[in-house]
Amino acid sequence: MTDATLAFAGDDPHQLRGMQQSVTHDGPAPKRIVTGYGFWIFLLSDIVMFSCFFASYAVLLGQTAGGPSGAQLFDLKSVAAETACLLLSSFTCGLASIAADMRSARWFQTAMAATCVLGLAFLALEGREFAGLVSHGAGPTRSAFLSAFFALVGCHGMHVSAGILWLLTMMAQVFAKGFRADIMRRLLCFALFWHALDIIWVALFSVVYLLGSAA
Amino acid sequence: MFGKLSWAAIPLDQPIPLVTGAVVLVAILAVLAWIVIAGHLPYLWREWITSVDHKRIGVMYTLLAMVMLLRGFSDAILMRSQQALAYHSQGYLPPEHYDQIFSAHGTIMIFFVAMPFVIGLMNLVVPLQLGVRDVAFPTLNSVGFWLTATGALLVNISLVVGEFARTGWLPYPPLSELTYSPGVGVDYYTWSLEISGVGTLVAGINLVTTVLKLRTKGMTYLRMPMFCWTTLASNLLIVAAFPILTATLAMLILDRYFGFHFFTNEAGGNIMMFMNLIWAWGHPEVYILVLPAFGIFSEVVSTFSGKPLFGYRSMVLATMAICVISFMVWLHHFFTMGAGPDVNAIFGIASMIIAVPTGVKIYNWLFTMYGGRVRFTTPMMWSIGFMVTFILGGLTGVLVAVPPADFLLHNSLFLVAHFHNVIIGGVLFGAFAGYTYWFPKAFGFRLHEGLGKVAFWFWLVGFYVAFVPLYAVGFLGMTRRMQHYDVAEWRPWLLVAAGGAVLILIGIVFQILQLVVSIRQRAELRDLTGDPWDGRSLEWATASPPPVFNFAVMPDVSGADAYWTIKMRARQQGLAGGEPDYRDVEMPRNSPTGFVCAFFATIMGFALIWHIWWMVAAGGVGAFATFVAFAWRDHDEYVIPAAEVARIDHANLEQRRAALSLAGSPG
Repeated sequence: MTDATLAFAGDDPHQLRGMQQSVTHDGPAPKRIVTGYGFWIFLLSDIVMFSCFFASYAVLLGQTAGGPSGAQLFDLKSVAAETACLLLSSFTCGLASIAADMRSARWFQTAMAATCVLGLAFLALEGREFAGLVSHGAGPTRSAFLSAFFALVGCHGMHVSAGILWLLTMMAQVFAKGFRADIMRRLLCFALFWHALDIIWVALFSVVYLLGSAA
Repeated sequence: MFGKLSWAAIPLDQPIPLVTGAVVLVAILAVLAWIVIAGHLPYLWREWITSVDHKRIGVMYTLLAMVMLLRGFSDAILMRSQQALAYHSQGYLPPEHYDQIFSAHGTIMIFFVAMPFVIGLMNLVVPLQLGVRDVAFPTLNSVGFWLTATGALLVNISLVVGEFARTGWLPYPPLSELTYSPGVGVDYYTWSLEISGVGTLVAGINLVTTVLKLRTKGMTYLRMPMFCWTTLASNLLIVAAFPILTATLAMLILDRYFGFHFFTNEAGGNIMMFMNLIWAWGHPEVYILVLPAFGIFSEVVSTFSGKPLFGYRSMVLATMAICVISFMVWLHHFFTMGAGPDVNAIFGIASMIIAVPTGVKIYNWLFTMYGGRVRFTTPMMWSIGFMVTFILGGLTGVLVAVPPADFLLHNSLFLVAHFHNVIIGGVLFGAFAGYTYWFPKAFGFRLHEGLGKVAFWFWLVGFYVAFVPLYAVGFLGMTRRMQHYDVAEWRPWLLVAAGGAVLILIGIVFQILQLVVSIRQRAELRDLTGDPWDGRSLEWATASPPPVFNFAVMPDVSGADAYWTIKMRARQQGLAGGEPDYRDVEMPRNSPTGFVCAFFATIMGFALIWHIWWMVAAGGVGAFATFVAFAWRDHDEYVIPAAEVARIDHANLEQRRAALSLAGSPG
């Protein structure tokens, strides 16, 4: 080490001139924050993935290849019922979070079970819609428009299915192990996931079904 | 029972892949047998395979990258020799085989060499630089690594079971659609990348959260080492871009497996939508790779010039500017699509604008060296080699960013030369610089300097000899991916290029030699101080290799260049300081989750490629069961008592003092 190199080593080698003084940092965040934050970032990436399916839907919207368009196919009553199920399930999921915070296993399990039933009802309605379309010759192979429709809505449906699998696992975990700190962190993530699916559904409902049946 | 899989999938009539495959298989079996017989399996399982330690995972990522580099490079040698021979003849590689080779070469080099190399170095170094004990999600980190390894494995299985894609490294439709690629090649491609893409996304989320939420006390954003900033930018890009790749390949899969019409010729499919989507991922991907390399150069140049990084704030700004602009240039990959002059002009200008922050960085490195006492160690040689090479590559990049010029150069070997110029000169040189620079931190001894320098010179000269001719043949009108040709003017250039590949080969041989010799001479090359290069950031404040908990006492940072400040203070005030306040340390417990997950992912991927549906279901159930079993664990952490922490730390300090007094009094 020489004096020449030492000369550069003042207290402020990057010449921040006090910029750093105004900011302090207390060290690593607690685990709950880290987990929740990481999961938010995952959700953002998931939303980016959905945005690709939205974009492809928008591009292929007019490509019906002589087949039916959205206005001819969508049954808004059924979709309204789906929406009601999903929005209600978000409400019951919120109740489950409150119950977990109150450490009430009974209310937690009840609310989660209600969430599960509503989720399954949503999936059943969606499955009925898909089956109906396919049986009328309007399956995903009919046209690029229908490919994009089935992929976008189906991707959301797959997420809901995975969410239900996760939900059941969480019910079993709380039943077996109680409200442990790590399980509470997982519940936080699950709740974020479930509500995010709701938000995506709102976009989906507006862009696909509402705009689609107006056209 | 076995879907499309039958004995016909083994290419018994093609000696090259078969013999290669057999040799590799024998080598793998021999290594496995040696591991089992010598009794290393329990060690390997306990210390590496199930490890959730970010340093171990980083090393494994890097090792995977280096092994796959050999595979990718052998593809390169095959291509260069084929083009050297195939003048007025068919050469020795039939077209369907040659097409698989260039596709595999690109896929492997980007996804299984460059990506794991930079992710490995980020994993190894970033928590140490931030002064923390681990990444945000240690077990997920292991899952991410093993899923990447799964992807690499599937690509290599395609060598002997079935075939690989013949579509190029990005499977452009309609060629990649079932009509024109009925084999399993494209399926190997899509499923390998879907699986390893999940691994990459996990790594990205993990590292973003680590940088943003886990920094030691006092480590404010503007005190972070530059490598942490570029890691943040690169991983933000991963989080934003990789889902696009996942979605795009999912659409291609739906087309191929279920007859959807996203990218087909008929029923309204839109082929150009694939190009747009894939490059909306593909261009940020370039910066995902090169930003960490920029970070490595920043660390290396500043350390070996003995100066703080010049223009730190402008470097941060340039990094984040690149992070944002990299999403606005994707269309320059297909100016010839016919989007019209306005659109092309906007993307052409955006592509030139992104060269500005990159130029800022180059000046910052040069000014960091200016007035410093530059030590020409191997990492520094790679960095200087990078600066020269990357400027040339950047300039040819600006050239092809001009739409009218691009119309002439599109898909020519000029383009091939350009992107090799930036990826080899930027990413690979950066990875090698980081490998040499941080090797002593990971293993406790340095790499042999002399052999490292020989390897560097062969690489550098080899690179120019191999790729400058490609610029020339590009101007002579040679397009990429030609299996044979009849133009006499091209021949001499292609012969020279083949010679360049041989020089690079010699460079690689010297790198292997360097590793072997360094391991054999590790006693002489031992780094006892933990700070072999007189470093400036916190990774040099702990032992080499660091204890599992990284820091016995979490560092308290009071300024930029954290470790340098600590060293200066110690020099001025002497190494006084009382006994540190050692506490119990909680560390995450090892977990086989990652490995088991990857096992099921491999089975599932293979089954999906060959349409073996029962096996797909079995793999899925297995993967879910693994997660539940992991979630059911009651103890995910273990405690290292304060006394043990103190013992390890004392031993380290003892060694440090001994080494320092051997080297004469410090300062």
